[in-house]
Amino acid sequence: MTEETPEAPRDGNAPSRRALLGWGGAGLALGAAAAGVGVAAARSGDGAPAADSGAAVPFHGAHQAGIATAVQDRLHFAAFDVTTKDRAELVALLKEWTRAAERMTAGHAVGDGAYGGLAEAPPDDTGEALGLKPSRLTLTVGFGPSLFAKDRFGLEDRRPAALVDLPKFPGDNLDRSRSGGDLCVQACADDPQVAVHAIRNLARIGMGRTAIRWSQLGFGKTSSTTPDAQTPRNMLGFKDGTRNISGTDTAALGKHVWAGKGDGPDWMTGGSYLVARRIRMHIETWDRTSLQEQEDVFGRDKGEGAPVGKSKERDEPFLKAMLPTAHVRLAHPDSNDGATILRRGYSFTDGTDGLGRLDAGLFFLAYQRDTRKAFVPLQRRLAAHDALNEYIQHVGSAHFAVPPGVRDKDDWWGRALFS
Amino acid sequence: MRAVRLSVVTAAATAAALTAVTGCAEKSDGKGDGAVQVVAKDDSCEVSKTKLPAGHIELAVQNKGSKVTEVYVLFPDDRIVAERENIGPGTKATITAEIKAGSYEIACKPGMKGHGIRQKIEVSGGKAAKRSPEMDKAVAAYRTYVQAQADETLPKVKVFTDAVAAGDVEAAKKAYADSRIGWERTEPVAESFGDIDPKVDVRADGLEDAQKWTGWHRLEKALWQDKKLGAEEKALAPALYKDLTDWQKRVGTADITPTSMANGAKELLDEVATGKVTGEEERYSHTDLVDFKANVEGAEQSYDLLKPIASKNDSALTATLDKRFAELNKLLDKYRKHTSSYEFTSYDKVGKADRKELSDAVNALAEPLSKLAAAVTK
Repeated sequence: MTEETPEAPRDGNAPSRRALLGWGGAGLALGAAAAGVGVAAARSGDGAPAADSGAAVPFHGAHQAGIATAVQDRLHFAAFDVTTKDRAELVALLKEWTRAAERMTAGHAVGDGAYGGLAEAPPDDTGEALGLKPSRLTLTVGFGPSLFAKDRFGLEDRRPAALVDLPKFPGDNLDRSRSGGDLCVQACADDPQVAVHAIRNLARIGMGRTAIRWSQLGFGKTSSTTPDAQTPRNMLGFKDGTRNISGTDTAALGKHVWAGKGDGPDWMTGGSYLVARRIRMHIETWDRTSLQEQEDVFGRDKGEGAPVGKSKERDEPFLKAMLPTAHVRLAHPDSNDGATILRRGYSFTDGTDGLGRLDAGLFFLAYQRDTRKAFVPLQRRLAAHDALNEYIQHVGSAHFAVPPGVRDKDDWWGRALFS
Repeated sequence: MRAVRLSVVTAAATAAALTAVTGCAEKSDGKGDGAVQVVAKDDSCEVSKTKLPAGHIELAVQNKGSKVTEVYVLFPDDRIVAERENIGPGTKATITAEIKAGSYEIACKPGMKGHGIRQKIEVSGGKAAKRSPEMDKAVAAYRTYVQAQADETLPKVKVFTDAVAAGDVEAAKKAYADSRIGWERTEPVAESFGDIDPKVDVRADGLEDAQKWTGWHRLEKALWQDKKLGAEEKALAPALYKDLTDWQKRVGTADITPTSMANGAKELLDEVATGKVTGEEERYSHTDLVDFKANVEGAEQSYDLLKPIASKNDSALTATLDKRFAELNKLLDKYRKHTSSYEFTSYDKVGKADRKELSDAVNALAEPLSKLAAAVTK
C-alpha cells in the first residue's frame, strides 16, 4: 500500500504537499458541511465522487465531525467511566484527547510517534495505523448524564434538560455493563484498523483517569447522510432509514440535529444529543420468516426498498397503505409530529452466543436537537407497536450530550462546559 | 577502515581474525555498525567476534536455519544477560545489552530447546556501564531487599512443605499463600534464573511437552481440587524446598541495574494484569489477591528506591506514580480485614464489577510505571 501511495503520512511527519492537495481537498469536500468550514468543495478532475476513502476530514469546526459527515464504513464506539475524582485531571485529559484526536484524524501518530524514541520507554503511539491513510477518521465526544451527578465534578447545574435519563421502554432488556457511561468517543473511519487504533490510543492516554466501560465495533453502515448514495442494508437484509437527514442540508440539520442558542445551556449551542442503542436481532427466526411477512414488517419491498405500493426506494411512502404496525409507518416523521433524527448506525456481529446463534444486530446511533422531542416519543411508539419487535431486542442503551466542535488548536473538547 | 568493517559484516566466518580493529572502527562509523553478527543455523551458531570491549553491545542475529531459534547471551553460570526468543527462519533480530568485562557465552537454540549451540566470548577493558553513586545505592538497597525476601520466605516454605510431606491437607492449605509472598514480591529477579521458575511456579497450562509438573501450583491443585495428598505429592514437597533453597543461594548474585529494577516493577504489574486480575494464577486456591498484593509491594519497593533519581528527571511522573500506588493499595485494602493482614478475600468471591475496578486500577498504575525506566536512565 505504501508503495502505491507514497504520500501516506502516518509516519509522524507532516503530509507532503501532494497529500494535502489530494486528500485534504477531497476531505474538505466531504467535511465542509459537517464541520461547518466554509471551504469550497474540491472534486477530482475525472468526475469521480469526492468520497475518497483515504482522505482526512477536518477536525476543527463549529460542529464536531462524525455527525453530518458522510457516513464512513466502520465504527469503534467506546463508553468510558471517569475514574478520577479530580476535575482538573478530567480537564487535562480532555485537552490531551483533543490534541491526540487532531493528530490521528489528520493521519498522524500520537505524541512522539510509534518508533524512534527512547529505547527504554514504550512508544507514545501503539503503531498499528502506521502506513495507513487518514481514512476519513472522525472522533466525536459526548458527555453522559452520570458526569453531571452531584458531588462529582461540580457540573450538576450545567446538565442540559434535554439530557434526560432515558425511560424504560417496553421490551428493553438492558445489560448494565453495556449501557451508560460518563463519556463516549465515536470513532468512524473507512478502515477498521484506523478506528480501532484511535479508540485504543485514547483509552491508553486515559488510563488512571478513565476506564473503558464498554465498546462496540460496527462493520457496516446502515444509514447514509448522502442522499444520492444507495441506502445500505441492515442485517435483516432491508434498506432502512432511507429518509435520513442529508449531511449537506443545513436547514434540516439546524432544525433537527444541532442544539440552537436558547435550546439549553450555552455550552451546548452547536452540539447535539446522541442516543446509542445496542439492538440485538433474532437473526435465525427472521431468516425463517416468509418474504411477505418480512416486507409487511418493514413496509418496504426487499429488492428495491420501495415503500408499499411504490416502485422506487425514494418514492414518497403512502403510509396508510402499510400495516399499522409496519416499521416505516411508525418511524416516519408524519406519524410522530415531525420528529426527525439523524441516523448513523452500524451493523455489528460479535461472533456467536453460547447457543450457536449469531450475536448480531444494529448498533443504533441517532443524533438530534432534543432527545425528549425526537428519540423518546419515536421509540415509545416503536416499542409499543412495531411488528419488528418480534425479531429484535434492545440490550444496551446510552445517552450523551455531544458538545459543539473544537474551533482551533487552542480549543478543546468540553471547554465551554468546564469554563 | 571502511573496507575492513564491511568485511566484518559480510564475511562473518573470517571475522575472528579482525577483532583487533573493533573499538575505534565502530565508534567512527556510527549507528549499528558495531554489531556482532550472529548467524544461526540448525547446526551452527557463527559469531563474527569473540573478543569485545565492555559496554554496550549489539548482536545482529540472522536465522539462516529452518527452525525457529532463540539466542542468548549468558553468564558462565547460565544466568541470562540478554535473550531473544521466537526468531523465525529467514528473519533477523537485534539483541542489545550492557556487558562488563568477563567471560560469556552466546547460545543459539534451534527449535527453541535444549542446551543450545554455544560460542564463548571474552569481554575486556573498555568502559563498564556508567553508574552514579545514587544508582549504586538504589541497586544495593534493592539487592538487600531481594535477599531478605528469600531469607524470610524459606522458613515459610518449610512450614508448607512439612505439612505437605506429613499429608496434613488443612495445615498445608493454611501455609500455602504465605509461602509465596516473598517469591511474588521479587518474581522478575527469580525468573532471571531461567531454571528455577519452571520447577516451582509453573501452572498446568504452562507445561511443555514431557515436562513434569512440580512446585506450588501442582500442590495447590492437590490441596484444593483433589483434596488429598498422595505419595507423589508428598515427594514433591522436599523438591520444592530444595529448589527454593537454590533460589535463596543464587538470588544475591543476580545482575541488577536501575533499568532492570524499573522494568521489573512494570513486569510485576504485568503479572497482576495477566494472571491475578483474571484469577488464573491461583485457580484452585483463589488466593490471587495475596499474590496481587505481593506483586504490588515488590513493584513499589523498586519504585521507592528509584524515586530519588526519577523525580529529578520527571517529577510529574513520580507524582502520578505516588498517587496511583496509593490508590491501588487503598483499593486492595478493601479486601482484607486490616492493613497488616495477608488474609485476603477469596478471589472467587470477587464479582465481575469489582474485578473490573481492580483491573482499571492496575492499568492506571502500570501505564505510567512503564515510563519509569526512561525517567531513570534519562
